[in-house]
Amino acid sequence: MSTHEEHHSPSHFFILGVLLFLTVVTVGVAYVDMGNFNIIVAMFVASIKALLVAVFFMHLKFEDGITRFFASVPILLLAIMIGGVFIDNPLRVDPRAPEQITQEKMKYKKEVEELKAREHGEAHH
Amino acid sequence: MTAHSTHEVSPGDPPYVHHMDSKTAYEAAKFGMWLFLATELLLFGVMFCSFAVYRAMYLDIFHVASQHLSKPIGAFNTAVLLFSSYMAAAAVDDAKKGNNQGVTKKLWGTILCGLVFLLVKSYEYYDKWQHELFPLHPNFSKNFAHYKSFFGLYFCMSGIHALHVIIGMFVLWFYGVRKSSKGRFSSRYFTPVELGALYWHLVDLIWIYLFPLLYLVG
Amino acid sequence: MSESHNSKNYLNHETTLWSWLTTVDHKRIALLYLFSLVTFFFIGGVAALMIRTELAYPGTQIMSADSYNRWFTMHGVIMIFLFIVPGIPAVMGNFLLPLMIGAKDVAFPRLNLMSYYIYVIGAVMAVMSLSAPVDTGWTFYAPHSIQTQSAVILMTAAAFVLGFSSILTGLNFIVTIHKLRAPGMYWMRLPIFVWTIYATSVIQVVATPVVGMTLLLLLFERAFGVGIFDATKGGDPVLFEHLFWFYSHPVVYIMVLPAFGIVGEIIPVFSRKPLFGYKIMVISSVGIAAVGFLVWAHHMFVSGISDTSAAVFSILTFGVAIPTAIKVFNWISTMYRGSITFSTPMLYAMAFVFLFMIAGTTGGYLAVLAVDVYFHDTYFVVAHFHYTIQGGAVIGLVAALHHWFPKITGKMYHEGTANLGWLLVMFGFNLTFLPQFVLGFHGMPRRYYDYLPQFADLHFISTIGAYINALGYSFAFLNLLYAWIFSRKLAGDNPYNAIGLEWMTSSPPIHENFEVTPVVDFEPYSYGTKAH
Repeated sequence: MSTHEEHHSPSHFFILGVLLFLTVVTVGVAYVDMGNFNIIVAMFVASIKALLVAVFFMHLKFEDGITRFFASVPILLLAIMIGGVFIDNPLRVDPRAPEQITQEKMKYKKEVEELKAREHGEAHH
Repeated sequence: MTAHSTHEVSPGDPPYVHHMDSKTAYEAAKFGMWLFLATELLLFGVMFCSFAVYRAMYLDIFHVASQHLSKPIGAFNTAVLLFSSYMAAAAVDDAKKGNNQGVTKKLWGTILCGLVFLLVKSYEYYDKWQHELFPLHPNFSKNFAHYKSFFGLYFCMSGIHALHVIIGMFVLWFYGVRKSSKGRFSSRYFTPVELGALYWHLVDLIWIYLFPLLYLVG
Repeated sequence: MSESHNSKNYLNHETTLWSWLTTVDHKRIALLYLFSLVTFFFIGGVAALMIRTELAYPGTQIMSADSYNRWFTMHGVIMIFLFIVPGIPAVMGNFLLPLMIGAKDVAFPRLNLMSYYIYVIGAVMAVMSLSAPVDTGWTFYAPHSIQTQSAVILMTAAAFVLGFSSILTGLNFIVTIHKLRAPGMYWMRLPIFVWTIYATSVIQVVATPVVGMTLLLLLFERAFGVGIFDATKGGDPVLFEHLFWFYSHPVVYIMVLPAFGIVGEIIPVFSRKPLFGYKIMVISSVGIAAVGFLVWAHHMFVSGISDTSAAVFSILTFGVAIPTAIKVFNWISTMYRGSITFSTPMLYAMAFVFLFMIAGTTGGYLAVLAVDVYFHDTYFVVAHFHYTIQGGAVIGLVAALHHWFPKITGKMYHEGTANLGWLLVMFGFNLTFLPQFVLGFHGMPRRYYDYLPQFADLHFISTIGAYINALGYSFAFLNLLYAWIFSRKLAGDNPYNAIGLEWMTSSPPIHENFEVTPVVDFEPYSYGTKAH
């Protein structure tokens, strides 16, 4: 990477720097436990990175409205897809007897504990 | 009878298209590529949607499963792809200036980064195989149910992504390097470089989302 | 613009077989598609006759229950993926789009040819799967599709390949419409058919990847046991349904929107009146495409989805009926006080309006959550979707083939025989499917190879109707084929005195479509306002 190249594309290089910095931020935040907020922060940072790549590396900034429209349609459609699934799966009501449901929940909890213990017991990478 | 084969074109000139002027042909090609990228986004979106719903329902298991993925390796691969994206964008800048040698160098750089990415990924896959977490492994089905969902999706998502990395590397070589090494591009004609780079940026974009989703659960 | 069919045109431009197989001329590609699609239409039709023959009487007639599952799967897969989805866009879209906008070809002619060959490869793969015919229904629901001993992998791979053909065609058309319009062809001067092709192409491009990936995941599930849809591995079979129907509802608009456009072209010509409410027709075409993405789970009301989502999707489904109804009113308003000619295309177009009205209304019944719980998986649904797909899309295609036959071939067909075909189709189709609404009402389930004796009479009538329907289509297509080969009746460039760029060039068009790129200075459908 010679200075010759930096001269020709300083702004791209700058964007790369920002992207790498944001990557460090993402990884760093992952080690901090914020509960449900972790995924929101991670996705938010990822979206900023994606936007930077799209706008500056892919020159979406300089494209016409039609291209920008079709570039954003998938995002809208994915939102609809995920929305449609998320008003279904998490909102389903289990029709079985409450004792059965609690029993299964306990079983699931135990299996998770078992898994965690087993993972911990194995040699660390 | 293809209409394009009978027309001679000097280096730096756009190819002859019988039904469009060269400016329209360039704009049409770029627009077409953006439409194609939209289809790729939706293709991956299906897997993102599946992952999202299972993660929401089985967060505990997904968190444990995700520990098997090495964060430092994933972060390294992210950096590699980001850098390759930068190289591709720089190659397009060079193509627009007619700097064919610069294009050749930078596209090879991009392709090399892709190769590094794939090698690292292969190591990760090999490691998963050792731990019987690879779907083709005979003992995979012995894993706990939602572990299988996590790793099933992990391999589908990263696998299809890796396939696109390979395709991208081929496209950059076939439509980029092969032509730039013959001095094909100029300020009047650089379409294949720009379109190939767009495709490569998409590959990078997908990984920008894949990395936190798969490696940094919970 | 010569009227002799011996003059230079796209058909005699080059005459070797190789020139046809390697053509990048959109008009020839349209004919390649036409040949393949009609072949598969009749093969799918044979499958339909096998089904109806089995169902003519209670008990076993000609096949076991297991065979029956395979026959209706083949019927669905062939008719949907190999015929009606490529359908009007591949044939009429390819032929007409550049002509209607004043262009020499589509944006990417070589990609266009590639789309065709991708279709052929997918079709070959689908035919190869007949070695172990799939028995899951065209919907490939998990878990049966994961466990069944049939060529699911080959069939889903075929559908994946066919999806690519659809995506690339749609992509080509979108770029063509944006970039290759002739001078003066502003967006609001485009023929309504171009607008419907545009809306269809957008759906093709954004919806098809979803089903492609979903089927690929199903393939992985079968081959590698990845645990995405298989409940024993922690997966959710209903998730497959969500992802599958996310495409498969918009796909019905891919099937029918182009037919809306065709009807919108034919009715003004034979009413000698402008299309009523052109702007609203444009908005409703785009609106149908958009709202069509919001309603997919109405196919899943009894699959175990949450009550909340069922209610939401039911309400949204009512939404999509509105733009469709607007179109029906506008077609009828176009005819009102017009000077009607009952040509064959007009007969088919009017049939479309009538049949689609029945289709749309019965769709409204199914949108009601409480009603659908009863009607789901009964013959009511079977009748509804045959009215939309056959009464809608297929009738639209046949109407188009008759209407633009003179443009495509330079000849005229025998109208009497064509109208006889129409009559047989109308009679046969309604005789087949009207009883099925009643069957569904009384609870006859679909995809059943046998049934209780009380359903016997209506099933028998429906089977008779199916044979008459088949006879009608045979008449229609054979009549056109006969005319193409043997007719000496030259059509002339504009036999109906219609308005549109395609009518301002020769019949058949020359290889480059226009001698000189046209400049557009007229509104579409300006009948009665000029010397027309």
